[in-house]
Amino acid sequence: MSSLIINDLHVRIGEKEIIRGLTLEIPKGEVHAIMGPNGSGKSTLSKAIGGHPDYTVTKGEVLLDGENILGLGPDERSRKGLFLAFQYPMEIPGVSNANFLRAALQARLPEGEELEATDYYAQLYAEMDKLEMARTFTSRSVNEGFSGGEKKRNEILQMAMLKPSYAILDETDSGLDIDALRIVSAGVNAQRGPNLGVLVITHYQRLLDYIVPDYVHVMVEGRIVQSGGKELALELEEKGYDFIREGITEPALA
Amino acid sequence: MPTEELANIDIDRTRGDFRYDEKHAFDAGTGLTHDTIDYIVNVKGEPEWIRDWRHKALDIFLSKPMPTHWASKDLENIIFQDIRYYLSGGQKPSRSWEDVPADVKRTFERLGIPEQERKFLAGVEAQFDSEAVYSNIKKAVGEQGVIFMGSTEALKEHPEIFRKWFGKVIPTGDNKFSALNSAVFSGGSFIYVPPGVKVKHPLQAYFRINAENFGQFERTLIIADEGSEVMYMEGCTAPKFETATLHSAVVELVALKGAKIQYVTVQNWSANVFNLVTKRAVAHEMAEVKWIDCNIGSRLTMKYPGVVLKGRKARGEVISIALASDGQHQDTGAKMIHAADETTSNVVSKSISVGTGRATYRGLVHVPKHLKGCKNNTECDALLINSTARTDTYPAITVRGTGNACQHEASVSQISAEQIFYMQQRGLTEAQAMSLSVNGFVNDLVREFPMEYSVELKRLIDLEMEGSVG
Repeated sequence: MSSLIINDLHVRIGEKEIIRGLTLEIPKGEVHAIMGPNGSGKSTLSKAIGGHPDYTVTKGEVLLDGENILGLGPDERSRKGLFLAFQYPMEIPGVSNANFLRAALQARLPEGEELEATDYYAQLYAEMDKLEMARTFTSRSVNEGFSGGEKKRNEILQMAMLKPSYAILDETDSGLDIDALRIVSAGVNAQRGPNLGVLVITHYQRLLDYIVPDYVHVMVEGRIVQSGGKELALELEEKGYDFIREGITEPALA
Repeated sequence: MPTEELANIDIDRTRGDFRYDEKHAFDAGTGLTHDTIDYIVNVKGEPEWIRDWRHKALDIFLSKPMPTHWASKDLENIIFQDIRYYLSGGQKPSRSWEDVPADVKRTFERLGIPEQERKFLAGVEAQFDSEAVYSNIKKAVGEQGVIFMGSTEALKEHPEIFRKWFGKVIPTGDNKFSALNSAVFSGGSFIYVPPGVKVKHPLQAYFRINAENFGQFERTLIIADEGSEVMYMEGCTAPKFETATLHSAVVELVALKGAKIQYVTVQNWSANVFNLVTKRAVAHEMAEVKWIDCNIGSRLTMKYPGVVLKGRKARGEVISIALASDGQHQDTGAKMIHAADETTSNVVSKSISVGTGRATYRGLVHVPKHLKGCKNNTECDALLINSTARTDTYPAITVRGTGNACQHEASVSQISAEQIFYMQQRGLTEAQAMSLSVNGFVNDLVREFPMEYSVELKRLIDLEMEGSVG
């Protein structure tokens, strides 16, 4: 039961069906990557699993350790152990990073229990050090005025602090220079282990040189059209998505 | 969890709903006539000059139209003949909480006033309906020559200072409600700080309305003599009644040469109170006046704290936060009247509109042509929570002459669905996410409030946000 199972998922935005029967299982301890061309529905998938109100699931289920989470609010899904690293993390003016994370952790505690401030800061600083973040970062407003690299680092820091069971990283490499990519990837790799399942969504193979996946899936037009080992990513990089598109015409018709 | 907190607050309000009517030794009855004025003067045992003053003020009040040509039409729903203009237990303000009647004392204890007094205040005045029931100043502060008492007492005990400044900053005819206050005023604080005395801890007044169909009309006068410094804080609440209640205060501040006055308000009236207040200061040479104003409660608040910058290099500042929830209208702002060279003023206003709430900013900046080296900076930011919320900004800026500078920045923003989703994805409930966003929006201003007030502010915002979502 220790897996995130997406079963025959169909998702609409307005009248348009974006995800069209997607099935995928991410067991804890594994890293899966979804690659696909622009417009294939990669980001829709992460938002829909996260519970974004603009995305309507018309069919299928998402099971987190056996429990269908589709009826739950985004906050409940989060507290059950689902984490989304956003492609475009939002700015929250006037709310410091330290306070935001603290509120998020506090929300996970049983009623009446207070987060222990000293432990919290000790842990926060330790995780920040791993991501090479300056201490001044804690008092800055969440993502406000952050560079692309800082925003992505912040996502990984939040992930490290919230300790999810399943994390979906949506285009985490976009907007990163090579140094930032190295730091962010190291941050993710440090969290890999038997208690975490990861789904990496990316357009480019580059990220997968750093976060090496156990499995690679190719998504086209709202479906997984091909799955394989990490070498599939290299093949894609070499031949481009057209190669896949050509390959799928037949099975899609069948 | 917040829901429980809400329930607690409801309990508070129920407790506040106790009727003290039977204990009112003095009740001017409903309606306002010249007889009402005589009743008030006689009960309070005031000198004849005040009687004349009040009668004249009533005539001005009756002759002035409601300012509905520019202000909210909701003002027309105030039925002046249904309001009671004076209610009191008929006792003098006590110097000790022990002497305050038990039920009244309990009210203030619930509001945490005696505790705050012990912890961090230099003096406290507590007003219950029309009169102060408690008024005390720390001995050491009193020994420095600082006078802190109810205005009713002050006009009898210190007429030489009181008369000199009373009604000078805000004349009776300034507006309809300053005239009303001048006619029926009762209670409010009087503070005099002698030259050079710096009052270390804040002086606080707490205004509590407990009676239905009632009007509270306190009158506050603060004089900071040359080179002195004082901080005054006021809080106010009322229980929730079925009918409208009126609160119409007049607050006059005089900062003489080099003096500094900070005036902090946290207004949390219940949602049926018309809160129509005139607040103004005169700042003499090198003096500084800072209004820190927070409006959370009431049905309609109209309040535009002002500073007349009368002396060279005087400085005026208004920092204000307004939260307009469902059905509320916070019509607030600031007035900066530059009347001397090199005077500076700063206005920072932030408002939040929730549900059908409406926040209005009105700002007046006046710099006449003959002045040099004057500067004004105005920033007003509005945050809209729902698509039904409303915000308006009416700046009136007149800056003449060549050596003066004025800067006005305004912004309107909305908490986006994406921002809330982002925060929810980290585990916060929608209400917690809203609350955190709103607190973030006002965060830089909340820091200007004394610690105890900023904590209270945060709590009030949390409560309002909790109520604003599903």
